[in-house]
Amino acid sequence: MKQSLFEIKSNRKIARDIYEMVLEGDTSEIIRPGQFINIKLDNLFLRRPISVCDYDDKTVTIIYKVVGEGTEKMSLMEGGMLDVLTGLGNGFDTEKSGDKPLLIGGGVGVPPMYNLCKKLIGEGKDVTVIMGFMNEADVFYKEEFEKLGAKVYITTNDGSMGMKGFVTDAMKELDGYTYFYTCGPEPMLKGVYDTSVTEGQLSFEARMGCGFGACMGCTCETKYGHKRICKEGPVLLKEEVIW
Amino acid sequence: MVDLRVNLGGLCLDNPIIPASGTFGFGYEFADLYDINILGSISLKGTTKEPRLGNPLPRIAECREGMINSVGLQNPGVEKVIEEEIPKLRKCFNKKAIANVGGFSLDEYVYNCEKLGVVDEIGIVEVNISCPNVHAGGMSFGTDAKNAAEVTKRVKAVTNKPVFIKLSPNVTDIVEIAKACEDAGADGLTLINTLMGMKIDLKSRKPVVKNIKGGFSGPAIFPVAVRMIYDVYEAVKIPIMGVGGVMTAEDVIEMMLAGATAVQVGAANLVEPMACKNIIKELPALCEKYKIEKLRDIIGGAH
Repeated sequence: MKQSLFEIKSNRKIARDIYEMVLEGDTSEIIRPGQFINIKLDNLFLRRPISVCDYDDKTVTIIYKVVGEGTEKMSLMEGGMLDVLTGLGNGFDTEKSGDKPLLIGGGVGVPPMYNLCKKLIGEGKDVTVIMGFMNEADVFYKEEFEKLGAKVYITTNDGSMGMKGFVTDAMKELDGYTYFYTCGPEPMLKGVYDTSVTEGQLSFEARMGCGFGACMGCTCETKYGHKRICKEGPVLLKEEVIW
Repeated sequence: MVDLRVNLGGLCLDNPIIPASGTFGFGYEFADLYDINILGSISLKGTTKEPRLGNPLPRIAECREGMINSVGLQNPGVEKVIEEEIPKLRKCFNKKAIANVGGFSLDEYVYNCEKLGVVDEIGIVEVNISCPNVHAGGMSFGTDAKNAAEVTKRVKAVTNKPVFIKLSPNVTDIVEIAKACEDAGADGLTLINTLMGMKIDLKSRKPVVKNIKGGFSGPAIFPVAVRMIYDVYEAVKIPIMGVGGVMTAEDVIEMMLAGATAVQVGAANLVEPMACKNIIKELPALCEKYKIEKLRDIIGGAH
C-alpha cells in the first residue's frame, strides 16, 4: 500500500450516472488487475474505495457510478489533486486462466475486467467478455474491450441492447471456456457461481472502513477461514466462497 | 528539546501516542507503512477466549465527522493471539504493547487476563467492559458500577501487570463507575469507548449496518471524550488513557489538559494510515508553540 497525491487528468461521463476518471501519480504499488484504490474526499470522513479499471507507469483509470454523496462530489471535479491509497486488495490471478478465459462483469463490476482482459490478451489468451447492464443507457466500454481483441457479448435486462436477460443467460449459451473471472452485484456473482461449469475467481464488494485491513469492518467467512474483503480479497476463489 | 515522555501506570512511554484497539489490528500490518517503534505503545485488537467472526456485514456506516462500526470483537481467540499474533508484532515492535481484553462473563475476563497477563510483550492489560457491539457481556459490565468493580477485582487478582479498565460513555454517570473501578484496585482507566449510534439509509429506509446499531467514533465525539476525561480526572487519582475522536496533535494536548496521561488515536488511523506518525512528528513544534517543555507537566492542566 502507498499513500500519495494524484492529479486528476480527466473526468468524463461515459454512460448514465457513470464516470471515467484518469489520475496521474505514483502507480508503483498497483501490481494486479482487480485491485482497488481508496480516495480521500473533502468533508467526508471515510475514504471511497474504487476498483482500478486500467493502469500504467504513471496513470490509473477508474470508472465509478454516482450512488451517493462521495461519488457525486467526484463527478463534479474538473481537476486538482486527490489523496489516494493505492495497491489495495489481492486482485485477480491470471495464471489459472487456461487458454479460453471468460470474463463476466455486471454494471460497475465491468471496470476491473478491463485491465484483466488486457493482461490476459497480452498473455496470448482467447478472451470472451460478457457485460451485463440494466438498459442500453448504462452500457459503457464495449468498443474498448473489442479494441483489446476480446469477443464481447452484451446483455441488458430489458433487451434494449444485446441479448435480453442476465449475464447468466449469455453464459449458458457459451461453451468451451476454461476458467471464469467475475465482478458485479452479489446476486449476479451468485448466479455466475451457480451457472459456471469451471473454476473461477469472484470479486466482492463491501462497505469498508479503512480499505487496508485495519478495522475488520468487511470480514467474511470462507472455506479457507475469515477473510477481509479489503485485504485477503476482494477476489475469492470459487472453491472457497460460502454463500 | 521538548520532552514527550510520560509515565503510564509504571510504564515509561517515549510519547503519549497509542493507536486505539480495533483500529490498528495487531500492529504489524502498519509496519509496512512506517516504523511503528516511534509509537508510545499499541493497544491490540480486542481479544476474547474463543475466536470470533464478529457481526454480519455490513458493519460500517459513514456519518458526519465520524463513522459507526458494529464489528463485534472479531479476533482469532486468546490462544492464537498469544501464539501467532504477538510473535508477529514482536518482529517489528520492540516496546511493550497493551493487551485489550474482551469478555462475555466474569470468568472469561479472568481467563483472558490470566493468559495475556503473563506474556512478556504485554505492558498493560486493558479490560474492555464497554464494547457496544456484543449482546451478552461487553458493555453490560461497563454500565453498572457494581459489575465494573467486580470485573476489576477479579482481574486484578490474576495478573501482576497494570490493569486499565476501558469505560463506556453510554452511561448516566461515568464518574461513579470510574470511582468504583479505582476502589476495586484498577491501576488506570481508558475512556471513552464508542458512543452508541445509528445510521438510516434514506433509499432503503433501513439501518445501514446489519446489527442496526453500532459504536460511533471519529472527530464528532472528541468534545464528549474531553468532557468525560475532565470529570473523571477530578474524581480519581489513577492515570487515564484518553481516547475518542483524536485527529491532530492539538487534540492530544487538549485531551492531556483535560486529564489524560496518554492519548489513544482510533478512527483517524482508518482514514489516514499515517495519523499516529504525523501526530508524533507535529507534537514537538506544537509544544514549543504553547511553551510546553515537558509534555507530562500539562496533564490535567485545565483544572
